[in-house]
Parts: sequence; structure tokens; C-alpha cells
Amino acid sequence: MAESVPGASGAAPGGPASADAPAAHPGDIPASPNGGPPARRINDLAFKIGTVNGTGSASANGLLRSAIFRMGIPVSGKNLFPSNIQGLPTWYEIRANGRGHTARTARFDLTVAMNPATYKRDIEEVTTGGWVLHDSSWPLPRDLDRDDVTFLGVPLAKMTVDNFQGSRVRILMKNICYVGALAALLRIDLDIVRGLLNETFAAKAKLLDANQLAIDLGYDYAMKHFDCPLPVHLEPMDGNEDSIVIDGNTAAALGCVYAGATVAAWYPITPSTSLVDAFTAFCHQFRKDPETGRNRFAIIQAEDELAAAGMVIGAAWAGARAFTSTSGAGLSLMSEFIGLAYYAEVPSVFFDVQRVGPSTGMPTRTQQGDIQFAAYASHGDTRHIVIFPANPHECFEMAVEAFDLAERFQTPIFVLTDLDIGMNDWVVPKLEWDDAYRPDRGKVLTAEELEKATGPFHRYLDVDGDGIPWRTLPGVHPKGAYLTRGSGHDRFGNYTEDSEPYADVLARVGRKIDGAAAHLPAPEVRLAEGAKIGLVTIGGCRGAVLEAVDELAERGIAANYMRVRAFPFHPEVEPFLARHDVNFVVEQNRDGQLRKLLIAETGAAKESLVSILYYGGYPMSCHHVMDGLATHTDIGTSDAAAHPAGAAP
Amino acid sequence: MTYIKKPRIHHPALAKNRLGLTRRDYEGTMSTLCAGCGHDSITAAIIEAFWELEIAPHEVAKTSGIGCSGKTPTYFLKEAHGFNGVHGRMPSITTGAHAANRDLICIGVSGDGDSLSIGMGQFAHVVRRNVDMLYIIENNGVYGLTKGQFSASADVGSTAKRGQINREHPIDSVLLALNLGAGFVARSFSGDKEQLVPILKAGLRHRGFALIDIISPCVTFNDHRGSTKSYQYTRDNYNQLVYADFVPPAEEIAASYESGDARSVEMHDGSRIAFRKVPEDYDPTDRDAVYGYIRERQRAGEVATGLLYVEPAPEAGEEADFHGIQGTVAEPLADYPFEELCPGAEKLEELQGRFR
Repeated sequence: MAESVPGASGAAPGGPASADAPAAHPGDIPASPNGGPPARRINDLAFKIGTVNGTGSASANGLLRSAIFRMGIPVSGKNLFPSNIQGLPTWYEIRANGRGHTARTARFDLTVAMNPATYKRDIEEVTTGGWVLHDSSWPLPRDLDRDDVTFLGVPLAKMTVDNFQGSRVRILMKNICYVGALAALLRIDLDIVRGLLNETFAAKAKLLDANQLAIDLGYDYAMKHFDCPLPVHLEPMDGNEDSIVIDGNTAAALGCVYAGATVAAWYPITPSTSLVDAFTAFCHQFRKDPETGRNRFAIIQAEDELAAAGMVIGAAWAGARAFTSTSGAGLSLMSEFIGLAYYAEVPSVFFDVQRVGPSTGMPTRTQQGDIQFAAYASHGDTRHIVIFPANPHECFEMAVEAFDLAERFQTPIFVLTDLDIGMNDWVVPKLEWDDAYRPDRGKVLTAEELEKATGPFHRYLDVDGDGIPWRTLPGVHPKGAYLTRGSGHDRFGNYTEDSEPYADVLARVGRKIDGAAAHLPAPEVRLAEGAKIGLVTIGGCRGAVLEAVDELAERGIAANYMRVRAFPFHPEVEPFLARHDVNFVVEQNRDGQLRKLLIAETGAAKESLVSILYYGGYPMSCHHVMDGLATHTDIGTSDAAAHPAGAAP
Repeated sequence: MTYIKKPRIHHPALAKNRLGLTRRDYEGTMSTLCAGCGHDSITAAIIEAFWELEIAPHEVAKTSGIGCSGKTPTYFLKEAHGFNGVHGRMPSITTGAHAANRDLICIGVSGDGDSLSIGMGQFAHVVRRNVDMLYIIENNGVYGLTKGQFSASADVGSTAKRGQINREHPIDSVLLALNLGAGFVARSFSGDKEQLVPILKAGLRHRGFALIDIISPCVTFNDHRGSTKSYQYTRDNYNQLVYADFVPPAEEIAASYESGDARSVEMHDGSRIAFRKVPEDYDPTDRDAVYGYIRERQRAGEVATGLLYVEPAPEAGEEADFHGIQGTVAEPLADYPFEELCPGAEKLEELQGRFR
């Protein structure tokens, strides 16, 4: 730590370890790196907290995120966690932005360095002119010195040892202490923080007292030793009146409950597990028979993903709305059954919360690597309806839509989210429900209709000319009986190995899926006047790309925006592409999977589609988009640090 | 004979059950299996069992995997829905169907390859879950459709048609099911309809998982000298250990008992299984003893058959079958009214207070 930097912590690298020594000179204001006064910035900041997993930091970090949300400031919380139970590094990143840009950013104004194992990296990642809040109970190693950031030492361990009993409580309260310190530094409303604690620990007075004390310890220390607030801080606004904070898995699970799904079969896999966990919790809340206490649902933890897929298909065949939730590796295992559901035309819903592949990959990192696989999963000629929510709000809506689409088109439907959407906290508009909604069960013959029917029932006959046959459910009526099979069958449902009747059915199934395109979610399009380029994206990249569109506009470059929301592509997709000589296709995988699908399935010229890719496992950031654009155009580089394409954080 | 269409009009004097249905009404399409295939005898026994039990065919869901056994659901109960799924995965399809509609009477037909090799995992877990179904393994020790490879049930020392000798240890579905906690375990022989039909009936009426492993010789690939799944070998080494009669509720047990004490085990629906020809020291409700007895007979080179093990119906209120474990409502989930499944707009608004 350079002596010349004011505001230096007393426990800076190599400095005194004693908590009694003041950690900073009260009244000092950190200087900007070029010597000028630090730039004041309100409601536009990002900070990260580096901790060890298993230390209970999640509740402290959630507390911070909730408090900022309740101040009315758009905020996101991204949990970067290891595939591990205890002892490995984990980070929580909070971005608060008054303009609503809450995609991940790699520009951190402040780091809370709680994990010695990652001190080096965490301190390196703070932007020039930023701050490092660290535990000054022990000295930081000298080699961590940076003279362009300000170290704020708070003797967290010492404070908790002095004030709390028991090692577990001390560990937990250390986290709450840094929340208190940050409240002072960033001007997070302390009343809101206290209110949140009151809500959380309403029934646990002892814990409530401990938490309130820990908040005060951190807050008072920061107020006493630092010049609070920092020039980069928060102020209340009214940006969240009609919003909620929710993760995509919870929202999707709620969608399944509202859609009337009764059977879920699954196998535990990160990052999709919390979807079924949430579904289970909601079912216990809303789906108990009030008189008997019995369940109006069945949730089966299968022995593997193959069995989970089979159970979903069996249940859907018998007439229930059924779904499974998995991630890429699980989808691979399900692919034989997916082909069966496609060919035998069994409505079924598959949530794929994508993680980093191939193979086991990085189970706790995010990616959009299953786009192509989902579109054509299984052997033989298969082509599936896939829908792509961008955030938890759409997870809720599209979950409901998925069941309607599955039954209307009698085919498996894939809802592709990812770890970032599924497991992280997003501020999204409140979920809405129309009580007039009734499930679209598609073409199902009732017992009365079968009873009245004069001719025999044929399962795969295209009676209406739309490629969608009528189906019957087991147990309903003897006239509805037929044998569902994955082997060759003719339009009457009989086994066949003959060329013509086989091809007849396969062609009709193809037509059915083609015909679905116009009924799937239309793309989200934003046109700008005079725009010559198109930015095309998918799923959770939405926030980063919209932020890039804004940033481009600030530089005087107009860009049109389209987010694809379904496959097969909606009829509006191709005309958008045709508007531009160049469309940049932004997605999170190595191979440009969305781009490849667009080339294969639209008339767009290959040369007109240019990939901008990031697939390193963290959520997409605006700087990935800007850097990608810079390599192809003369828009100038992003003001974020330049990173090698593909793998930058 | 597969080119012959089955007649649609039947002799008016054919016997009818109380539903007014003849045995013909329980048939399916003409079998395409080899003439003399054990599977066809099993199909005939299944037809007989359903007819005698007077089950309306459309209340049944018949499922199967892949292989010769997988084809057989086409050959019975044409008025029942069937699902011929993928190899080794019949249990999961059936589990899903049963979860969705608990009123369906589920019968799954599998083979030794389908259940004990590719589908071993699903077989084990459907037993554990105690899915209410009759699970039939048509066991011939061989892969027929792919022309005669050994299956996992082939005995050590048994020979294939071209003379290869099997050296790998067999998996015995009956011992496996006993280990996994199945509440109804039987072994029979496709050539013994007198034994098989009552077991099928009892298996259909058993609440929970019922396994019947049926030795079903493959006349084309595994009916030669040196095979331990041939007609001749099975007849020579057949030990009719336990004959069981299925007695519907409110009917008297009237069978004659050749040896041992008459025993009867009551089932969930009030029907009973009456055991006869039972060795004096044999208790079909003692899992460990049954296991030991089967092993002992195997060491003596015998195939012990019959309804080998049955768990008596549990005390009232004690539900150990799939839906009991799940705690589901009595009505099928598949047609549960949507209004009672969807919490509605007001609840959603209320709930979202939690997300602020």
C-alpha cells in the first residue's frame, strides 16, 4: 500500500494487526487515482463479496440485496458458487443501477474480501479508484498492495470474538458485521435493514438481537473510521413499486403450479434442483386437500434422468400435466425418451436449466450450450419446440405456456433457461394471473364423444388438416383404445415397416411442428431510427444486450434489437434479419449455436450473421457485447478492461 | 398364420363373464411370434385371467419395453390402451401412468433382457417404489430378436444354439425382487396354465408391486439340449413348490389340499390366496425363509415355482404402496378439476409479498 494514498486502512498489507489501531483516518476521502477528487456516482455501482462457501454468507448477502431493492433501486444479485458443500471460494455480486441495467458487470467499485484464499484475485478485480473492505483483525499480505484502490479495514473477526459466543455464531455474525459496514459506506437505509431482520427472525428473538448487534457493530465502526458514505453510493428512489425479486427456478415452479401440473419426476442436478424444490414447497402450500390433507400432486425423485423422462411421458400419456426439470447432462440421458415422445406424440414439458458443458463441465457456472441439442434432441428426424425465457418473469409465463403448447401440439416442449436465470435473484415486474385462464388440453376425445362416434378411432389420422391428430386417454372408453409405440406406425396407429405409411406419419409430424412456429412466443423487437445493424440475442443475454444498445445510442450508433423467444423460429424472425446487412448474434456458447440455427432454418445469408460470443461461465455482461462489436466495427472499445473473447469474466 | 385376420363375429354360445364379455373380447391382434413360443401361452393365460376376474378391458393400461416380450401387449386386451416404449424403460412409463391415474389397472410385460440387463435399474426402482402393477418377466434366457445372444438370466454352463457356453453368473429376478422388498413374488412356467392363471389373477389383485417371472422357452434360439430354459429342461427340473388358488371376496375356499395344511392369505380387497401342495415347513409370508428355500432348491438343480412369497395385507391405515407413500388424493390426478389445482390471482398477489 502506497503511503501517499489517503484513507489507507490501518490494517493494510503489512500494517498493524491490532484492532485497537484505527483502521483509517476519519475524515479522509479516498482520492481518485489521477489525484483529482473522487467522482460522485449515485445509484450506479457494483460490488462483490468474496467468502468461503458454507459460512452462512448467503443470508448476509441476501439481506444487502433485499435492502437495496426496498430502497427502490433496481438491483441484481449473482451468486458465483463452487460445486462443493463447504470450504471453497464463493462470491456474491450485487449491481444496483437506477436506469435498470442489472446485467452482470465486471467493473467492481468495491470488494468485500472475506476469503484469504481469494484475496489476490478479489483485490485485483476492483476497478481503479475503488475500495477493498477487508477484515483487519490480521494483516493482509504485502504482495496484495495496490496503490490505485483504497483499503478499508474493519476488524470483523475481533469484533465478533469480543461480542458473541460460539464459533458458529461468530462466523455468521462476521458476515452481518460487513453488512453493517456497507450500510454506512454505501448509505443503505439502516431502518430497512433492521426491518428485514425483524421479518426474518420474528420468531427467534435471540438471533434477532445478535443480528441487530452485528449490524450496529459494523455500521458504527465504519461511521467512526471512514468518511461515510463513499462518493459512490445509493439513494432511495421509486424504481421497484411494481417489481419483485425472484429467481427463475422459483418462478418456473410457480408457473407449473398455476398451469395445473400434477406430476413431476426428476433427478437431482445443479442448477435445476431448486425448481423442483420450489414446486414441492408450493404444492405443499397450495395443493393439499383441505379435508383429508392428501396431495393433489405426485413428485417422484427418479433413479436417473432416463426414468424421470419415462415417468413424465407415462403420466402425460395417462392425461396428467407432467414435467421434469434438468440440466444439460440430464437432457443427454433423456434423449432416447425425447425421441419417443416426439414420434409417439406425447405431450411433455422439459425444463433445461443450462449449465456449462460439455460433459460434467462446470456444474455451477452458466452457459447457453444446449440450444442446438434441444432443438433436435434424439436420433432420427426430430425437431422440437423450444422456448427461451429471458428472466424469471418469463419463466413463470412460459412455464404455463409450455403446458398449453405441449398439449396443443402433442409433443415435448423444452423450456431453456440457465443457471443465471434459474438460481440468481432478479428484479422483475410482478407476476400476474388471469383467473379466466383454463388449460388448453388440445385435441382429446372425451368418453361422450367416443361413445357417440360412429366410426373407429384412429390415433394418427390428420382429421383437421393441421397435422395435429386427436388423442384419447387410457381408462376413458373402450373405443378410444390404441397402442402407443415408438416403432414404425401408420396413420391408424398400427405397427408398420412399410415405406409409404411410415413416411406419411413422419411427414405429418414434421408439418405439425412447422405449423407451430407462428403460435410460439414472438421475438422481442426494439427498433431504433436509422439503425443499420441488428443485435440478435436469446434468453438471459437480454439485459447485457439492451445495455449495449443504450451504450451504442450514447455514442450515436443506432442498433435494432431482437431477442428470439422460440424455436422453430417465429415468422417475424426472418424479416428482422433481412433488414440489416449485418446482424450480430450474441449468445453464450463457443459455437454460435443460435447463429447456426438461424442459418439452417431461415433464409438469412451466412455472411450477414456475425457471432459475438462469451462462454466462460459467468453471466453475459455489456462489455462482452461491446468488445465483440469493437472487433468487427469501428465503434471503439468498451470502457471496461479489454478481455480475450470467449473466456473473459 | 399372421396373414389370417381374426374373425369379428364369434359363436353365440361362447361363455360370457358377468360383464357379458367372452374370452374373445379380451384378445388382441394375431401374434407374430414364432409358432410354439412360450410368450403366446402367457398371452393366453393373461386373457384367461382378465376374463375370469371380469375386468373391463378399457380400465387396463398395458405397457412393455423392447424385444419379443415387448410385442405381446398387442396380442391381448385390444380395448385397453397400451404403450410399447423404449428398451428397459417400461417401469418408468408405468410409474408415470399410475401416478397420473391410480384407477388404471397396470400390467407390464417385460423380458429377461429388458428387465435384467438394459432395464435393471428401472426394475429395481419400480420394486422399491411399490408401484401398484403386475410385472411379468417372460424369461427365456436369450435375446430372440437379435438371434440368440445370452441374456443376464442364462445359467452358468448353459449353452447357446451354436454351442458357446455361458460363464457369467445369472441374475435371478425372483431373488432380486425378494431382496428389494417386493410384496408379491412368483415364478411360473408358460407350459403350466393351471398354475399360471391363478397367480396372474392374484397378482392383478395385489395392491402394490407384484412380480411373476415366467420361464418361457424360446423355441427358435434356446430350446436345445444344454439350455436350462428349454421346455424339456424346465419340465424335468420343475418343482411345483406352491400351488395357489385365487379366491375372490365372498367365495368359499373349495380346493382340495394334497399335502400340508391349508393356508390362506388375505389380500387388500378381501380376496384370498389359498395355498395348496405347500411343503410342510414352507411359509410363503416369511421372506427370509422363502429366499433360503429357493436357493436350496436351486442348489439341488430344481426350478422352484409357484406363488413363492406374498406379503399379507397391511393393517388398515398403513399404506405402503406408491400412492400411499406419495400421500396422493383418492381421485386420479389426471382428471382433477383445474379450479382445485390453480391457486388463483389473489393467492399469487399475496404470495409475492414474500418476494419484496
